[in-house]
Amino acid sequence: MGCNCSENKKWECSDSSIDIALLEPELAKHAGSPINLIKVLQKAQELYGYLPLDLIVYISSALGVKPAKALGVVTFYTQFKTKPVGKHLILLCRGTACHVNGASGIEEAVSEYLGVSEGDITPNGLFSYNNVACLGCCSLSPVMMIDNKAYGNLTKDSAVKILKEIEMREASLCG
Amino acid sequence: MRITVGEGSCGVAAGATEIYSLLEQGIKAFGIDCMLTVTGCIGMCYLEPIVNVTLSDGQLATYVRVSAEAVGEILKLLCNEENNAEQYLIAQQDQENLDAQQRIALQNCGIIDPENIDEYLDAQGYQAIKKCITELTPEQVIDEMQASGLGGRGGAGFPTWFKWQSARGSEGDKKYMICNADEGDPGAFMDRAVIEGDPHQLIEGIMIGAYAIGSDEGIVYVRAEYPLAIVRLELAIIQARERGILGENIFGTDFCFDLAIKAGAGAFVCGEETALIASLEGERGMPRLKPPYPAQKGFLKLPSNINNVETFANVPWIIRNGGSAFAAIGTEDSKGTKVFALTGKIAKGGLAEVPMGTTIREIVYGVGGGIRGGKAFKAVQMGGPSGGCIPAKLIDTMIDYRSLAATGAIMGSGGMVIMDESTCMVDMARFFIEFTCNESCGKCTHCRIGNRRMLEILERICNGEGQDGDIELLSALAEQVKDGSLCGLGQTSPNPVLTTLRYFRNEYEDHIYNKKCTARQCKPLLTYTVIDDLCIGCNLCAKRCPSGAITGELKKPYIIDNEKCIQCGKCAEVCKFAAVAVD
Repeated sequence: MGCNCSENKKWECSDSSIDIALLEPELAKHAGSPINLIKVLQKAQELYGYLPLDLIVYISSALGVKPAKALGVVTFYTQFKTKPVGKHLILLCRGTACHVNGASGIEEAVSEYLGVSEGDITPNGLFSYNNVACLGCCSLSPVMMIDNKAYGNLTKDSAVKILKEIEMREASLCG
Repeated sequence: MRITVGEGSCGVAAGATEIYSLLEQGIKAFGIDCMLTVTGCIGMCYLEPIVNVTLSDGQLATYVRVSAEAVGEILKLLCNEENNAEQYLIAQQDQENLDAQQRIALQNCGIIDPENIDEYLDAQGYQAIKKCITELTPEQVIDEMQASGLGGRGGAGFPTWFKWQSARGSEGDKKYMICNADEGDPGAFMDRAVIEGDPHQLIEGIMIGAYAIGSDEGIVYVRAEYPLAIVRLELAIIQARERGILGENIFGTDFCFDLAIKAGAGAFVCGEETALIASLEGERGMPRLKPPYPAQKGFLKLPSNINNVETFANVPWIIRNGGSAFAAIGTEDSKGTKVFALTGKIAKGGLAEVPMGTTIREIVYGVGGGIRGGKAFKAVQMGGPSGGCIPAKLIDTMIDYRSLAATGAIMGSGGMVIMDESTCMVDMARFFIEFTCNESCGKCTHCRIGNRRMLEILERICNGEGQDGDIELLSALAEQVKDGSLCGLGQTSPNPVLTTLRYFRNEYEDHIYNKKCTARQCKPLLTYTVIDDLCIGCNLCAKRCPSGAITGELKKPYIIDNEKCIQCGKCAEVCKFAAVAVD
């Protein structure tokens, strides 16, 4: 009978809000299976919003991938975030049609209203935004997507109005 | 009676979900006897939300730009009450534009409920795969594809039958059928429309291909930016499994096939087939040298075949109607129909499926309704970052693979971004090279660094710091990047620069030598002046000016100091009297 104290000790993430138990079933399912690395990372990001470095290392060891390789994958794909994101992630489309129809003005307005630049989170934790390649709603350009919902035919004013509405909804939730 | 609400991503963005729930509540409240369903995108995105009402006598009425008020009128109509629903009916011209299209890949989009397999089955669904596995040998299926002349709709137009035959001919018991749904070209969304609007047709097309090459397992690689498409495809796969259409011993034969979805993670280069395979294997999506081709060594080093969504969507029709019927449509070297995504400065943006060989003019001024705001057509960008800008003088170019290649652009996946006089072509080139810089995987030096240098040159031209010799330097770099890159992304990335240099060289020269942007897009090249006659001296511009460049007295015309002006454009934006001239 060997010592099994290391098995009893549960791994904890540097970000205490991350409950690794939520990911364990997925990790168990794909243990030792490097080809599912992207899938597991996607699941982790869905659960926690972003991927802190030590979580990436933890996932890589569970799947039998070198940590450097896992980090390489994370940084290669734009979907993966290594910094925390706002409760509502705003995806600003920078596709051709949106560009032609004034997407840069929309970014200006969103950035000015939120007071943060791309990838940073607002002080209240509600929003962060990222520029993304085409969202595929070109006929409604310029477009942004928040929480998987696309908003089209934006103007600077309407984009800000949408953000204000979300803020109001949040405020009423908090009572 | 049946009501359908168009709930593609575009319809949803235009408020279709709210319209659906209003209709649902109304139907319940008034006890109306009718069926309410959703459908995919019919392609007339500029008219969303769209509601179709099929009355009990079979007559179809299409209501467009449906608002809450319109729902009220439609409900009155259904209750046989006096109503004004008529004013929301589709305009005759729009209906004619729709009827004039020839739909194969999009035949069910916007008509059937994509979340209900029975509706697909009623539209001859899964008849083609049944015919294949019960009546045809895999070789006969490939022969039929050869007769059809179908070329890959992802952009290159490579003959589909040839790919299938190579995969069939490869040794090995285990083969993979992969669908490339990583539609990354900015300005293209036909694949999204097919998956959201008719996922079963895609599944059927993949199954036919799988039967032809001898595969029992398929994967659809969908980009993560298409959440609704993923949901609908997942549902369709579950429904097909429940009916025994996917799984073991399909239609009582020994053909077995199942399909899984893999979500991409946001990398344009993964549309390249070897990069896509690397991504499926959990790696960075970096292309590798071919050969070996995926048909020999693909996913997990096993023979694999990769086709695009629209390619697969054509397959069931070809099997049902025969390859020769498909080949009868189109031109000598480009057979069948093609779906185009019309966006940009177009009046009627959306999707149009037309026979190959249609001219750019017919699409822009026919289905597309011309340029928004009656402005002049300047160019159309085709083929995304790998394509090019075709100028107005070539508007009568036929859309087929050969004619487009002669212009320097490509068919690509079918995105057509229309530009008018307010689009700066140097800025367009800069936009695409910036895109390529962001999306280059970094493997090849020329693509990684050459594009970066091109971007720097284009940026300085747009910033008014262009130098003599820049045009020549750009041309030289473009040729080197073309020659020095391994995959399609790098090899084609200079196309936007080369085509704009070819057709709009004067704009480059204006930027470099005259420091002028005639389209008034490159802000550092603009000067702002107050038109004294129009200025009422409201002070708004001076208040908003971040650099304190605007001064004056209330109720008298203000003055902009060009030394201090940072060309942000705020003054022109806030002026309610159009008193700030931009030149």
